[in-house]
Amino acid sequence: MSPDSIAAYAEANGLKRIGARPSLWAYVKELYSRLDFAIALSTFTNDAANARNRLGKWWNILLPTIQAGTYGLIFGLILGDARPDNFLPFLFTGVFLFAFMSGSFYAGSSAITSNSGLVKSLSFPRALLPISSVISQFMYLLPQVAILLVTLVLVQGHIDWEWFYLIPILLLMAIFSTGLALIAARLTAQVRDLGKLVPFFTRIAFYVSGIFFSVEQVLINYPQVYAIVKWNPVYDYIELARGALVDGYTMRNDIWIAAIIWAFGTLIVGLVFFWRAEEEYGRDQ
Amino acid sequence: MAAINNSSTDDRRPVVIADEAHVIYKVFTSGKLATGAAARAGLISKTTKLREVHAVKGVSFTIYEGESVGIIGSNGSGKSSLMRALAGLTPLDGGAIYACARPMLLGVGGALLPNISGEKNVLLGGMALGYSKKEMMGAVDAVAKFAGLEEFMDMPMRTYSSGMAARLKFAIAAHRDHDILIIDEALSVGDKQFLARSEARMRQLRDNAGTVFLVSHDMNSILETCNRVIWLEKGEIRKDGDPQEVVDAYSKYVDEISND
Repeated sequence: MSPDSIAAYAEANGLKRIGARPSLWAYVKELYSRLDFAIALSTFTNDAANARNRLGKWWNILLPTIQAGTYGLIFGLILGDARPDNFLPFLFTGVFLFAFMSGSFYAGSSAITSNSGLVKSLSFPRALLPISSVISQFMYLLPQVAILLVTLVLVQGHIDWEWFYLIPILLLMAIFSTGLALIAARLTAQVRDLGKLVPFFTRIAFYVSGIFFSVEQVLINYPQVYAIVKWNPVYDYIELARGALVDGYTMRNDIWIAAIIWAFGTLIVGLVFFWRAEEEYGRDQ
Repeated sequence: MAAINNSSTDDRRPVVIADEAHVIYKVFTSGKLATGAAARAGLISKTTKLREVHAVKGVSFTIYEGESVGIIGSNGSGKSSLMRALAGLTPLDGGAIYACARPMLLGVGGALLPNISGEKNVLLGGMALGYSKKEMMGAVDAVAKFAGLEEFMDMPMRTYSSGMAARLKFAIAAHRDHDILIIDEALSVGDKQFLARSEARMRQLRDNAGTVFLVSHDMNSILETCNRVIWLEKGEIRKDGDPQEVVDAYSKYVDEISND
């Protein structure tokens, strides 16, 4: 019998081909219906990450505080008078939001490879793994946002309604990061070597996105360069958050537009890119 | 092909069809052991080589409703690769496999998530299979009891022995009825009581119109639970049919090999 007639015989008896990739729409629907798995996975792995430390979950608050303090001290001293206005809130916003994006990128890049036990034992839509690593990072971000808000109150001395803009900004940033994590997950699952380059990409993004300096100020005499640089998504989300939170900075419409386009554009590209290799993730190397 | 050609005279319902299934692994190897000239050549020259392993070479069969199939063969004969392909965990490199439902594979080989507790592994494992969190919360105790691990459910799975881990994985997979269940040597590491309990569970699954694939080196276990046996050798089917006949042929083959 030819493969075609076997396929027809199988179909006539209601059998489906194993490993056939579902349509993109069916895939997204399945992802949605299993979102509780992704959430449970991130909660459990976050809990486990600190289970062997004596201070346990306190590290989720301690570590970013120490990190922000270190950056504040070092960059504050190095930059001297070249510090951007309202430096501490400016820096903390940059450091914490950047940590979320780079963390999602990094965790996404190892989502498939580090969960090989799950991938080899159970079949489920693999995109749940990078999605779960972004949820993990989001859970880490929340206490950092709390630290940030406390800093704002201490430094600026008042609470502002504009702070509520942080909610849509963080959501857009999370959507963007999910797309990023999906792309990174497929790339490193298929070409392990790329995992080695992830820290370099992250470093480069750290230095060009104005975490500790004002991109606008540095490029004040090069408006053409700034017109390009302002499309850097990492810069966009941080810049918007500063506009919402830090006194002396405003949210600009062109940055909002860039942030929205990046969020949904990256998510769609990431989903399609990841889904196209869905059958391949179980391959051993 | 023989099994399929019968289909005109056979009105049993097929549940799994494999048509010329191939599995090829491409593995990076680090070359030969560094001795002599190779060792002197230093680190740089030792880039990794890509080696192909053709684990399953064009396997075809049709499994009908109500059959429980034993898979036997030497180590490295492609049994596990074929089962993983059947479950959709390893992509095929040729041919196709069809099934009436997604086969559920249960294999040995470590924890699901080593750093989290057995209880949470049960929750996650079940949820990955598509059960709701609520449903799994209700099932945790039953799963723990079946696995005989009630006292260890709060410990990280990395602390389990291989037998305990295999028991838990079997219990997760078998806590609900599946249309097609694949058990890959999961029972060989369990102790005697667990073996008896899981064989009973497999017969129960089979009686509920489920199809069970059992990979095992324990011929008694195969004869006990299967009504059809496939013998794989070097990635190809050597014999397929009545359990006693196939097991006898395989045992004879093993004896001949070990007498050489």
